[in-house]
Amino acid sequence: MTRVVKTKVEIEGRVHEETVVVERDEPAAWEAGREFAQVGKSANRVDGRDRVTGAAHYSYDMHPAGLLYAAVLRCPHPHARIVALDTSGAERLPGVRGVLSKNNASDIPWYGGASKLFDEELRFAGEEVAVVAADDLDTARDALKLIKVEYEVLPALVDVEKAAAPGAPTIHPKGNVLVDEEGKRGDEFSRGDVAQGFREADVIVEGTYSTPTALHNSFETHGCVAAWEGDEVTIWESTQYIFGVRGRVASALKIPVSKVRVISEYIGGGFGSKGQTLKHSVIAPLLSRMTGRPVKYMLDRHEENLLSGNRGQTVQKLRVGATRDGNLVAIELETLCNIGAYGTWAASVPGPAQELYRCPNVRTYTLGVRTNLGSHSAFRAPGHVEGTFALESAMDELCRQLGKDPIEFRKKNYAEGDQVSGKAYTSKYLLESYDLAERLHADAGPPSLEGLPPGNWRVGTGMGSQVWSGGGGPPAHALVRLNSDGTVEVICGTQDIGTGIRTALSQVAAEELGVPLDVVRFRLGDTQKGPFAPASWGSITVPSVGPAVRVAAEDAKQQLMEIASYFFEVPADQLQIKDGHVTVEGREEGKRSIGDLLSEVGDYMIVGKGFRGPNPVEPLRTWGAQIADVAVDLETGRVRVLRVVAVHDVGRVLNPKGLESQFYGGILQGIGMTLMEDRVVDERTGLVLNANLQDYKVPTMADSPEMIVRAVDIPDTAANHIGSKGAGEPPIIPTPAAIANAIYDAVGVRVRHLPVTPKRLLETLVPAQLPWSEESGS
Amino acid sequence: MRPTHDESDHTLVAPTTSRSIQLTVNGETYQATVPSRRTLLDLLRDQLALTGTKKVCDMGHCGACTILRDGKAVLSCLTLATACDGADIRTVEGLSAPGGALSPLQQAFIDADAFQCGFCTPGQLMSATALLAENPTPSREEIRAYMAGNLCRCGAYSGIVDAIERASQQG
Repeated sequence: MTRVVKTKVEIEGRVHEETVVVERDEPAAWEAGREFAQVGKSANRVDGRDRVTGAAHYSYDMHPAGLLYAAVLRCPHPHARIVALDTSGAERLPGVRGVLSKNNASDIPWYGGASKLFDEELRFAGEEVAVVAADDLDTARDALKLIKVEYEVLPALVDVEKAAAPGAPTIHPKGNVLVDEEGKRGDEFSRGDVAQGFREADVIVEGTYSTPTALHNSFETHGCVAAWEGDEVTIWESTQYIFGVRGRVASALKIPVSKVRVISEYIGGGFGSKGQTLKHSVIAPLLSRMTGRPVKYMLDRHEENLLSGNRGQTVQKLRVGATRDGNLVAIELETLCNIGAYGTWAASVPGPAQELYRCPNVRTYTLGVRTNLGSHSAFRAPGHVEGTFALESAMDELCRQLGKDPIEFRKKNYAEGDQVSGKAYTSKYLLESYDLAERLHADAGPPSLEGLPPGNWRVGTGMGSQVWSGGGGPPAHALVRLNSDGTVEVICGTQDIGTGIRTALSQVAAEELGVPLDVVRFRLGDTQKGPFAPASWGSITVPSVGPAVRVAAEDAKQQLMEIASYFFEVPADQLQIKDGHVTVEGREEGKRSIGDLLSEVGDYMIVGKGFRGPNPVEPLRTWGAQIADVAVDLETGRVRVLRVVAVHDVGRVLNPKGLESQFYGGILQGIGMTLMEDRVVDERTGLVLNANLQDYKVPTMADSPEMIVRAVDIPDTAANHIGSKGAGEPPIIPTPAAIANAIYDAVGVRVRHLPVTPKRLLETLVPAQLPWSEESGS
Repeated sequence: MRPTHDESDHTLVAPTTSRSIQLTVNGETYQATVPSRRTLLDLLRDQLALTGTKKVCDMGHCGACTILRDGKAVLSCLTLATACDGADIRTVEGLSAPGGALSPLQQAFIDADAFQCGFCTPGQLMSATALLAENPTPSREEIRAYMAGNLCRCGAYSGIVDAIERASQQG
């Protein structure tokens, strides 16, 4: 019976209410200890062959006949107004088929109405001035040089503290800082009495911590190929959210959503940056309509790093107080978040301070600050990586001062339930994470120093813990088709951004249907085919879409059994299916395959429908702990991460092999952010200096340490009926803190500013002289 | 303050000249007319419809566009197409026959889950193919050193090392 319900959904620290369709009763949760045929077994990626042969077609690879290529003239100033713009030179260049700019584009509001698709006022270096479509990319780029622009240069702010300061020039129509609905600056949270808490504290750790602006550098840049057929446009888009792009394009072009088809079958990474719809998704269809030809508009690497999003820099003033016997009594955190030119939200930096430990008195204040730089976006656990770095660094400092063991100290401050909502969590296996991480670390013995270059290396160990959401919720829908050739198709409007969703959710379908994995084909990433699924962000895809796939498979199986009942001449509930064959329960003989049965009924195709049911009222969290071993060279200040042990509670594991890869990837990106990643901005010119993969450093194979990763793997049956929570983001969260604490352990220097480049560490090491110096620490 | 930012210098627009070349890609002979400034990467992707080779940085920083030219690993984004007249090129599409058995290295990449998004994978495979041709039994340290120029943003490095090691053991 179809009904409509309201339910709360939390994504990356922000809760909203959804009104969703519940198609029927949901199945009972897969209980703990259940024996599975597919779920929980390591499976190779079902799309592996396509990915290793070059047969996987990404949006970048689409090449419809008559394709034009787009190139973009971008504002060279961090803040300017266009006084005059003449594109006629470009239009006259042979091979140029269309030019779009403020001179001829209609006014399409952008950035929440703060700007337009082509605006006269440009608020960061890299903002779009004009776009040319030409027969080839070189011609399009040539044409850019023929466009004449006169700019009035306006005051620009690229420093987050200066932009937030009173009296700073206003750089955005809504002001330089985020305000709430009542016009109040920033976001305040408070429980208990922080002043009283600090009075009760015997030890107080205080410091300013900063984290860099980190660039996603997804390997496939943002971009799309757009082609019209009649009044319908198809957009092959590298996106984490096909339905989001569809809605944005339809509203910008003022056409019905059903006239916009967004396809994203393979995506070359996203890490949060491709959850948004950027201007190219609208400009490419406009240029395509203007020229009557398909248009490819892919960002180049430089552009990608200027405007496709970033993990915005944070400056965190943190104070944590504890009693002599090791109880936290007060936490106070004030954060500035650089949200770039058009940011509309601040990342959940204070989440860990509010939730990770039991503490009666907490105050946090978070201020999103606009600057004349590319806007931030979600980037793998936005806010929590940054907030955890500061909080867990302070925790380490506290337990050093109190002479406590890091894990014992954390266990002592374990929070039983959610102190923000006052409710119990659906599940919490953080203590199990600590114990398992500690055991795995001990079992592994001392880390190997093999392969380190000569130097005066000191070794240290540190840890960090993690809390994050990852529960997802409705709406999410899926279809499961059983074909008369015995194959199974799962059809769902979700995306696989490299996480292995196709594989893990194929396992769910195969499990519920009782078929081998290799007959399942997972078709995703097409708004015209797939029922709605949410964006692939916030570690929500498995817990949102997984249950919908299971329900669709259950529905299909039920229909199959009803059909089979005719041929077996027994009621459907006496039939079973295993390895793709139906038999009477308890019997082996007389089995018939799905294809065999369906081809007897006029090549009938079964279509099962599935949905994600409403969320429980309890908050859902993922948990984890990591222990890092590092070596620090006292002579060069160079840090090598030797080993990371990671244990996370992400509910039931669907595909251990895929999950391990998620953990490895999170840790690697955490290492990058800790040791090398930093968007460098020249304050004088307001320009980004390292918007490429040479000067912006990402970890290479040589930086990849030994990694021992494990999931607690206890199902959360209160979360949803497959018992899984999200896993993509948790593994990056504690890594920077664990490494920073390990550096302290190695050389006695408290790292408060990321990245810990050799230069920065040497500058700190020199005053501290040597690790045993009295002056060590900051 | 109204400084003029005017890049409209017609001399910056290069005259387009083209050249006809012949090259072998994955055993097939191709004849192509290419503009003098076109890279081998763009020739493969845009003219020959061989899109397995990926464009990531287009500046020689990341290794994703690695192909084999006369058996040697080269960056196709830094190679001019016109310089490939008579060259023997191998791309990821040439590692195994369409629909046929995968090469041991390709299979090892799948078995070791040596990729996530897969966008760097063709370049990784071609560099690893070159490595194994030069050194059929590399140590893990040798693999790490040789492959350090092939970036992977998803962080699949440990699987890549495992895969190359496994493939090398299968000879």
